Amino acid sequence: MFNFGQWTAAFNSWLMGLGTPEWLGITIECVIIAVLILLTYTVLALFYILYERKLCAWFQCRLGPMRVGPWGLLQVFADMFKILIKELISLKDTDRFLFKLAPYILITSSVVMLACLPWGNGLQIINWNIGIFFVLAVSSVGVLGILLAGWASNNKYTLIGAMRSGAQMVSYELSLGLSIITIIVLSGTMNINDIVLEQANGWFIFKGHIPAIIACIIYIIAATAETNRGPFDLPEAEHELTAGYHTEYSGIHFGFFYLAEYLNLFIVSGIASLMFLGGWMPLHIPGWDGFNAVMNWIPSIVWFIGKAFFISFVIIWFKWTFPRVRIDQMLAFEWKYLMPFSLANLLLMTLCVAFGWHF
Amino acid sequence: MNLLLEIGNGVLSITAMLTGIGLVFAALLIAKLISPRSFSVKKSEPYECGIPTRGESMIQFKAGYYIFAILFLIFDVETIFLYPWSVVMRGLGPQGILCIVIFMFVLIMGLAYAWRKGALKWE
Repeated sequence: MFNFGQWTAAFNSWLMGLGTPEWLGITIECVIIAVLILLTYTVLALFYILYERKLCAWFQCRLGPMRVGPWGLLQVFADMFKILIKELISLKDTDRFLFKLAPYILITSSVVMLACLPWGNGLQIINWNIGIFFVLAVSSVGVLGILLAGWASNNKYTLIGAMRSGAQMVSYELSLGLSIITIIVLSGTMNINDIVLEQANGWFIFKGHIPAIIACIIYIIAATAETNRGPFDLPEAEHELTAGYHTEYSGIHFGFFYLAEYLNLFIVSGIASLMFLGGWMPLHIPGWDGFNAVMNWIPSIVWFIGKAFFISFVIIWFKWTFPRVRIDQMLAFEWKYLMPFSLANLLLMTLCVAFGWHF
Repeated sequence: MNLLLEIGNGVLSITAMLTGIGLVFAALLIAKLISPRSFSVKKSEPYECGIPTRGESMIQFKAGYYIFAILFLIFDVETIFLYPWSVVMRGLGPQGILCIVIFMFVLIMGLAYAWRKGALKWE
């Protein structure tokens, strides 16, 4: 596979070769990284809004946005510009500081998670040796943003929405974490790059067979709940709570919640692809050398993004397949079924690894 | 290829955080510059569900969510111990597995106790 690290290393040596002092070089590189993250973030968010709208339309035998630009491709730009020029209404009696702090927390946590994802061979920004744990820790901070938004709005409906969202995200985080631990037992490392490299001779969903497949299913269910989507979109159940925790936000303030929601969808799909579907590793079938060579020819970044989009497609598909659950059903589902199942699955994976029953 | 550009992970994490803060700040600044602004008393009232708000917004609230938060706290602290174990699990041998089975048995007993006590029931 082509290693993008060559480019960055070449750029680094060129920059240092010019005689720039180290602090200046690091600053320039950090600024470039920041611009790249920002570009990726906005482009992905815009793409995801269109992706979801088109998919929703196709699931309902509609065409979706078609007027602005060819096949409605420019619709999202029009939407974003519209949201940008809307008035920011300042409400009385809100907790002003927390009200304004909430979008910062939400967006920052999703940007940091985005920077942890392995985009391709050598294309990873933050690479802690406890990478996947770091991602989970940062994702828990995102819950805080939603809780603050609901609390600070001085509105009963947002309060209920935020509390529901908090209870939901906090509960499903457990089975999310347990299914990730199941894969860490198989891989033996928490470093995201090493997890991907471990899957060079077979993705974990194939290597770990039964427990890995169960973990993958549990992960996708928990991820759907974690992003407040699909059958678990109680925090913003339109019939009951107007718009949930972001009812009182207007203009670009609302836009931040919208962006963060779509980015979180991409991030959970990205984590699923890196944990179960091999990250940027191409699909290899042992013995089929010609096939493997063709698969190697596809760039690693295409593999990663393709897998992430596929899992997002599945999560969007859930939304149009299952009816919305009630809050008691949702919490019972997590605590009485998913949690015990994922604990049992972890034991099963431990046995598989201990006796060498995996590939 | 472990580190992109030979910059420490801490610096990169702070860069990503600042990027997030910068994104929100810049977008808010642009919105402040180009969006219209007007003020009226009616407009600054909370929207809630459309009809005029009645009474206090900081209402007494259902304790059910609180119980789930406590349960989460207990289980989250316990799953924290599983992370380091899962990394070194291969090197520990049968003893490590036996210990974690006992640990998980205690964990499951805790869940069963909460279940039996009716903490998972939503009324």
